[in-house]
Amino acid sequence: MKRFGALPAYVRWPIYAFVAVFVLTVSQNLDGTDRLTSVTTAQSMLRWAVPILLAGLGGLYSERAGVVNIGLEGMMIVGTWMGAWGALKFGPWWGIVAALVGGALGGLLHAVATVSFGVDHIISGVAINILAPGLTRFLSSIVEIPGWSITQSPRVPGVGSATLPILAGGKIGGWTSPDLLGWIGRKDWFLVSDLADLAKGLVTRAPWVTIGALVFVPFTVWLLWRTRFGLRLRICGEYPAAGEVQGINVYKYKYIAVIISGALAGLGGAFIAGPELSGIYLEGQTQGRGFVGLAALIFGNWKPGGVMGASLLFGYPFGIGLRDLDGSASHALILVSAVGLGLVALSAFRRGRKADAGLALSLGALSVVWYLLSDSVESVWINIFPYVIVLLVLVFFAQRLRMPAADGEIYRRGEA
Amino acid sequence: MNTSTTVWRRILLAAAAPVAAVLLALVLSSLVLLVVGSDPLDAFGRMVRHALRLETMVDILNRATPLYISGIAAAVGFRMGLFNIGVEGQYLLAAIVAAHVGALVALPAFLHIPFIVLVAMTVGAAYSGFAGVLKVTRGINEVISTIMLNAIAVSGLVAFLINRWQSGGAVTGGVGRVGTEPIPSSGRIPDLNGFVELFTREITQGKRLTGVLVIAVLAGVVFHLLINRTRFGYDLRASGINPIAAQVGGIPPKRMIVMAMIISGAFAGLVGLTEIMHIGFFPANPIQGLGFTGIAVALLGRNRAVGAALAALLFAFLDVSSGVLQFSGAPREIVVIMQGIIILAAVIAYEVARRAREREEARTAAEALEVNETEEVVA
Repeated sequence: MKRFGALPAYVRWPIYAFVAVFVLTVSQNLDGTDRLTSVTTAQSMLRWAVPILLAGLGGLYSERAGVVNIGLEGMMIVGTWMGAWGALKFGPWWGIVAALVGGALGGLLHAVATVSFGVDHIISGVAINILAPGLTRFLSSIVEIPGWSITQSPRVPGVGSATLPILAGGKIGGWTSPDLLGWIGRKDWFLVSDLADLAKGLVTRAPWVTIGALVFVPFTVWLLWRTRFGLRLRICGEYPAAGEVQGINVYKYKYIAVIISGALAGLGGAFIAGPELSGIYLEGQTQGRGFVGLAALIFGNWKPGGVMGASLLFGYPFGIGLRDLDGSASHALILVSAVGLGLVALSAFRRGRKADAGLALSLGALSVVWYLLSDSVESVWINIFPYVIVLLVLVFFAQRLRMPAADGEIYRRGEA
Repeated sequence: MNTSTTVWRRILLAAAAPVAAVLLALVLSSLVLLVVGSDPLDAFGRMVRHALRLETMVDILNRATPLYISGIAAAVGFRMGLFNIGVEGQYLLAAIVAAHVGALVALPAFLHIPFIVLVAMTVGAAYSGFAGVLKVTRGINEVISTIMLNAIAVSGLVAFLINRWQSGGAVTGGVGRVGTEPIPSSGRIPDLNGFVELFTREITQGKRLTGVLVIAVLAGVVFHLLINRTRFGYDLRASGINPIAAQVGGIPPKRMIVMAMIISGAFAGLVGLTEIMHIGFFPANPIQGLGFTGIAVALLGRNRAVGAALAALLFAFLDVSSGVLQFSGAPREIVVIMQGIIILAAVIAYEVARRAREREEARTAAEALEVNETEEVVA
């Protein structure tokens, strides 16, 4: 048999997704909840995943060109403010534009510091993260929009959403489209209905920004791996000296990449402040999602598809926790983690990494004990679930990830 | 060769960067002030006059104390090329555990205070050391792991512990207290008002100069001696400047990483002391962000004990004088902008200065070489 890892990505990813849904279905049947695979769960997962995805894609552009961007968080903060301001001042679509521009300006600042002046990437990123909340607070203090206080804005209008006809219902003109997925979902067929519910959640009332973000994933694959521009951008992250010898303007590509990076993070911010997620600008509302995006980038192994998978994975527990007032659905998630750790242990054992297998097995056993000894989960643990997953993933897979070879290195023109 | 001029040039280059950064920040802030319609000279004048009052100085020192310790914590990592972004999580976790444990025990003051300090340092060191262990055993970059550990500490562990340990809103001194059990007076570091008043007039307005200032000064001294006067500090700096050379020279890189993270975390554990010693318990909504500002303090102070002290004082001055800005018609938030500009300007200025210094060294070396060559020819 061919090794599983040798299969092409478009075969492996659906299998991963299928296994994940299977685990969720089994867990929720054991636990007696239906929230792990409901339509609303899929929707809130996506809603929480999009800002992470946008930040992650932002990180992807920047790091593929060799610039580490932990200023994503700061650029996202600028995006939340600019998004709310633009939408209130000029209208919803202008909010998107303003957020893109605000984030891009943050990216430009990072590019000036890291590319032109050769400042350490982490240091510049930290400085931007410190500067951004101060800037938005200052802007809030001088903005002249009624109802805008120092820490929050009035309600922000959004750009609307769309539902996929035929599969998920909805109306086009006077015609009511069939709701195929909803029909399957109501049948309560084991696994099939769960898959249909999750799928329906993804295509029902999907905000335009979400659709844009999802379309941007294959677009990024094409742009970075199938065009001359992409090849040149990536060589700046792998071996900039070689690029320079070939006559590529390395600084220019790094600048473009970091500016795109900031714009994407800014768009993620607009999504957070917009009605897609909050409907209001609130100080501190990004809650470190720029950092989670960075983690999604690493977990996704610096590839667009991987970043998307990681964003959905990180968005999932947030989406569950949001509606899970009694903590029961979150409780079922412990079981899911235990199964996941069991799978990790199995795969590690097959690769002959006994220590890893032992570690995963004991962590999995601990989860099972926790699951059996409790009935519900306090909301604080749900808040940290994504971060714990990131750490666990890194613990078991860090050695198998491959970042761009010259990522984070300071590159000076003419030193090749 | 004229070595004294070279030395002077170097000192000038070293001082030029922070001065240039502050000047640039002043110019840019003045522009912002002009844009919002206030007179920069008037605004800065008010800030300085306000800062010269005794009570304001107490405020500045109180604010600078945790910032300085936080800066030292970050600087330990930076000197080795490690980015401990996790000071934030480390100090909050350390502070809540120290406040809770400190309230549980009854000890005489000379044991109680060191006990609390030790608990705080241990918790900070352990949490930070975990990131170090992850780095050396699993190859996880400390920037990512400490960011994750920050989130886990702040929105997970601390939130969980505060729910668990909160003792319902008893009232102390007319203020509703929501937080952990209060620490008995034997465990609280006394304020320094009595000491300061030996030299000055009485401190009014109920201001109290935090006793943790003494710990901050000690931390600075210990940091300086540790880095510059010990074998460990030499190894640390060597690993920071050239890790491969250090390893070839027999310095175990993995042990150094874990040690540096542990020491950084131990300093980080002290950051929260100011707050728990001042109010006597860990509040339900504590001051946050000191960890990140500490990174800025370390950067601005070039990871040196004295530099970080000046940086902490500058940041504290800006924080404390934000209030008087509104009298000259400027929003107080402008000081945060100034802080941000100062950091960015400083890191860029340092980098430019470093390059200038390198060029200078290369030039001197080349000149020295030329002189030697001509001498050889003459001989």
